[in-house]
Amino acid sequence: MSLFLRLLFRNKLAGLGAVVLGVIVLLALLTPILPLHPPNATNTASRFLRPLSEGHLLGTDHLGRDLLSRLLWGTRLSLAVGFAAALVAGLVGAAIGVMAGYFGGRTDNVTMRGVDMLMAFPYILLALAIVAVLGPGLLNALIAVAVVNIPFFARNIRGVTVGIAHREFIDAAKLAGMGHTRILLTEVVPNIVPVVVIAMSTTIGWMILETAGLSFLGLGSQPPQADLGSMLGEARSALITAPHTSIVPGVMILLIVMSVNLLGDGIRDALDPRLRSGALARPMATTRVERAQTPAPKGEGLLSIDELETQFHVGPRVYKAVNKVSLELRPGECLGLIGESGSGKSVTALSVMGLVASPPGVITGGAVRLEGQDLIGAPYEVLRSLRGRKVAYIFQDPLATLHPLYRIGDQLTEAIRVHEPVSHAEAHRRAVRLLEDVRIPNAAARINAFPHELSGGMRQRVGIAMALANDPDIIIADEPTTALDVTVQAQILALLDDLRRSRSLAILFIMHDFGVVGQLCDRVAVMYGGRIVEAGPTAEVLAAPAHPYTKRLISCVPELGGGRRVLAAIPGLPPAVDRLPDGCAFAPRCDKAQPDCRRGEIELEGRARKVRCLYPEGAS
Amino acid sequence: MTLALKTMDLAKTFDIGQRLIGPPRAQVHAVHPVSLEVRQGETLGIVGESGCGKSTLARMLVGLTPPTSGSIEIEGRALDRADPAAFGRLIQYVFQDPVSSLNPRKTIRQILEVPLRLLHGLRGAALDARIEELFDAVNLRPEFLDRYPHEFSGGQAQRIGIARALAASPRILILDEPVSALDVSVQAQVLNLLADLKAEFNLTYLFISHDLAVVEAVSDRIAVLYFGSVVETGPAEKVFAAPRHPYTKLLADSAPVVGRPLGGAQSGELPDPLNPPPGCAFAGRCPRASDLCRAEVPLLRAIEGDQFAACHHPREC
Amino acid sequence: MGGYILKRLLSAIPVLLGITVIVFLIMAMIPGDPATAILGSYATPENVARLNRHLGLDEPLWRQYFIWLGNLMQGDFGRSFALNRPVLDEILDRFSATLILAGTAFVLCALMGILAGVISAARQYGLADKAITFVVILGISVPSFFLGMMMILLFAVQLRWFPVSGMYSIWGGGDLPDLIRHLTMPALALSVVATGVIARLSRGAMLEVLRQDFIRTARAKGVHERRVIWGHALRAAMVSIIPVLGIQAGFVLSGAVYIEMVFQWPGVGRMLVDAILKRDILLVQGGVVFIAACYVGFNIVVDVAQAWLDPRIKT
Repeated sequence: MSLFLRLLFRNKLAGLGAVVLGVIVLLALLTPILPLHPPNATNTASRFLRPLSEGHLLGTDHLGRDLLSRLLWGTRLSLAVGFAAALVAGLVGAAIGVMAGYFGGRTDNVTMRGVDMLMAFPYILLALAIVAVLGPGLLNALIAVAVVNIPFFARNIRGVTVGIAHREFIDAAKLAGMGHTRILLTEVVPNIVPVVVIAMSTTIGWMILETAGLSFLGLGSQPPQADLGSMLGEARSALITAPHTSIVPGVMILLIVMSVNLLGDGIRDALDPRLRSGALARPMATTRVERAQTPAPKGEGLLSIDELETQFHVGPRVYKAVNKVSLELRPGECLGLIGESGSGKSVTALSVMGLVASPPGVITGGAVRLEGQDLIGAPYEVLRSLRGRKVAYIFQDPLATLHPLYRIGDQLTEAIRVHEPVSHAEAHRRAVRLLEDVRIPNAAARINAFPHELSGGMRQRVGIAMALANDPDIIIADEPTTALDVTVQAQILALLDDLRRSRSLAILFIMHDFGVVGQLCDRVAVMYGGRIVEAGPTAEVLAAPAHPYTKRLISCVPELGGGRRVLAAIPGLPPAVDRLPDGCAFAPRCDKAQPDCRRGEIELEGRARKVRCLYPEGAS
Repeated sequence: MTLALKTMDLAKTFDIGQRLIGPPRAQVHAVHPVSLEVRQGETLGIVGESGCGKSTLARMLVGLTPPTSGSIEIEGRALDRADPAAFGRLIQYVFQDPVSSLNPRKTIRQILEVPLRLLHGLRGAALDARIEELFDAVNLRPEFLDRYPHEFSGGQAQRIGIARALAASPRILILDEPVSALDVSVQAQVLNLLADLKAEFNLTYLFISHDLAVVEAVSDRIAVLYFGSVVETGPAEKVFAAPRHPYTKLLADSAPVVGRPLGGAQSGELPDPLNPPPGCAFAGRCPRASDLCRAEVPLLRAIEGDQFAACHHPREC
Repeated sequence: MGGYILKRLLSAIPVLLGITVIVFLIMAMIPGDPATAILGSYATPENVARLNRHLGLDEPLWRQYFIWLGNLMQGDFGRSFALNRPVLDEILDRFSATLILAGTAFVLCALMGILAGVISAARQYGLADKAITFVVILGISVPSFFLGMMMILLFAVQLRWFPVSGMYSIWGGGDLPDLIRHLTMPALALSVVATGVIARLSRGAMLEVLRQDFIRTARAKGVHERRVIWGHALRAAMVSIIPVLGIQAGFVLSGAVYIEMVFQWPGVGRMLVDAILKRDILLVQGGVVFIAACYVGFNIVVDVAQAWLDPRIKT
């Protein structure tokens, strides 16, 4: 709760809204005891007094009634009606939505058709019809507004409930012996409450507007009683002669609704965990670079990554995702980069072309040189012209990485045409050839398919074809087969292997374990906690891993053909890169760790075969 | 030999495009009639690729999905679906995604309490003692009990999931891809923990996974699923070493093994579930397929010893 | 596509029937009987009974409904007693005025809202974003009728740029420039709230889409950022924007009721409010059914646009 308040007030506008609304609510509560004129006392002698007249701070209306008094009493009424309508609509709508969403099937079908039916009316028609039946009056206006808004809540909450009802913890609750009522009350509802609160807080303003609107039309509060809407409605005929009688209640409505909306947005932001972490920030076209100095060029090779540092800045926390990583990729070579999730392997790969999402990503040091040209901090246009032309990417999940609404042919031709001004027909011809190259059967017809019409394996072939579109020198493949089935994975790997040999591609191949890398890559580098801990020719590293982590990683992953056995597990957890320990990041999990492993910097040593360990395996 | 679990022609058909009234637009046979036997204290591994029906099968076994036909027997008695609590005391389920299987708004203690209260009627001190016992069994520190799920890593959350399943004191655990959401260095910890628990509590496991090597490492027997049917069963050491069904052979050859050259890029995909082929579902991808295979569905039959395959032309070994 | 349109049209039939049932039931609940309302409180019981028989009100409710529905199908919406003319004629006269107002406002709010939302998302936390966000929150907080009144004060009374009210000038009007002069203020006032809502939603949808993997793919291909935003991202965001356009069309139509009151626009909204205050039941009934049916038709257009945009829907 205190976290909630802190988050809420971190948002200055929401704080402002809370203060303004607080003052207004306080005034409305105090209205009966404030020294005001009676709101309905007419005095035709002093009609249309201007604001700041004696005895009437805000002036008087067409019947000589004190505007300030009427304003405060009207505010009281409008606030009460708006909140009540939101509460009724929110609770009834949520109840309907939860039931429909949780039970699904026919209950859902029938309820939601009814809701759809109500939503087929522009909302005011229904409100007008209800008022027509019940007759004009404030309570009837409240009922109308509440009823009209129930379908919106019901639909919204139903959607959220369906999402929750399919979560596994609901299944777990069933298996633990819970009945439907208990599940609804203890598992579903607590997860719905924040959504309902958000929905209500963002619609109260709207409800106040709507009830004010009905009153404005003369269908809400009836004279002499007045809410803000009917004050405006009565003042309308004197708009030109006595504008203050309209402006006063109008501004009050604006103030109330605006402060409610600001506060509502603040509540939404504070309750939504995604917004809380700033995860809804829009990634920019290239990763932000804040580099103090540029390391001197060391290695040559086609692509050389020198001392690369990429961090994520989330609030006060700094996640050192990539911590002084150096790699080198020679023409036609396949380099495997291995690491668990959070080791920084993907961030390293995405840093090359400035594709790390930023915010929160920042490249804080190092250089990435492509044929000698430093790409870190290069102008956007330079990076863009290299992306896909010199260095192409293949990503993990081919369903998420292809645009769902473009035909695969269009996505392929686009990849060609952004770098080469060829005609549509020529690009289309090339696209068909690319699809044939990645062995998609019936390429000429499949080119018109949308991604969702293809199987996972076919989609990944399209992803590969797209990477090949401009004949790049380097392909960076970020776990391209992890999302695929094992038989499909074998097909894709074999295809990649063929392509790299026939086109002499250099591949940076990123994987979470050794299995595939051992079959595909010439050299391999192992990452742990944002650093490279070992690198060398694949066969040598596999045969005699030097870093304890490499050794244990190899042996804890079972390989087919080993039969039934106890696995050599690594105790503990991978480190969090915002709280890296001193010394070796693996030391807390390492059974060979000595006191000096937990101190200072440990260098990556060696030439062809590198290891970052004070007591490497094999050396006694 | 006692059977812990037996299914007889268990099958599930999903309706696609349910209408308000009238029959659905189409049907998908997610699981064709499956008859399996799991012995007491055994680990039966179930492997298959996505869409093979392995999760549907698992959910039917624990009663989360009602089967379209067939029946389940646990320890010789037919399972009564009317009483979920009785169900829960016999058979429990460990979910694939450990984080999603824990209610984010409950503490770990509240999560563990539920099965103990509802299935075993524990209260007060006995309840607390049992919770600590369970937590200890999965190697977690008791101070974690009053935290919320988001404070745990995947591996820890999966231990909590296992503890919750154990809280019911079941006879059988269904493990549905219990380690595939975990980091590789943590997978082995959880697998070893599962092995220890099995010995300690005398459990029977059904271990479902797409990872052949993991299944081989933990199972006594393995059943291979393809397109909703069991195509091969046999002892773990034989199924992948000497596969009888061509599909099992393809799986075994596709698994990454360091040093082995990459297999040929043979293409081929699952048949369309809305429009399944008449004969063997694998015939379209199978090098040994004959006209018989394309016309008639092969039944699971003993090939040699306790190795079974559903194939008209099983491989010789 | 043709099949989808047909399917969607067919599925509108039960909705339309449902609308007539709801409207009929609501109207049937109105206390007191129309005959008394028509004849006034001094009518003799015999006269009331005769009129009831004449209007078919002594039949059971379901038969009344079917008679009414049958008449509707033949274009007979009944006769407004207050205006003493056929309901349908009055509706058609008034509806064209509403359509001009609401249609203009809808086009305005859709264009401005999406434009503002995309710019706001593309420049997240920049000056343009902050400015747009502020204007948007102001826009969704101001009652449209109050905004209309203030516009009259400023632009019509003070600056004399636009006429105060009405649809055409009484003298020498009736041509297009005159219509535009009269239309500008009400259409703007009407579009403000919906513009705000659409801009907000478009911004959110764009931010959501811009985080997706396929945007990264487009950038990795070397697609220019302009095209990433206005092509790849906007197209994907439209999938969530279009349904909101459908809902907002209903809100624009609803808001038109207030705006017509403020600007004395001779539209169907004012007609309805007057009819309710005069208890002219048949006019209310007919008006509600007519507008709801038009709205259902509009939503079919929205759904078809959505299906055209998103090929995953048709399957």
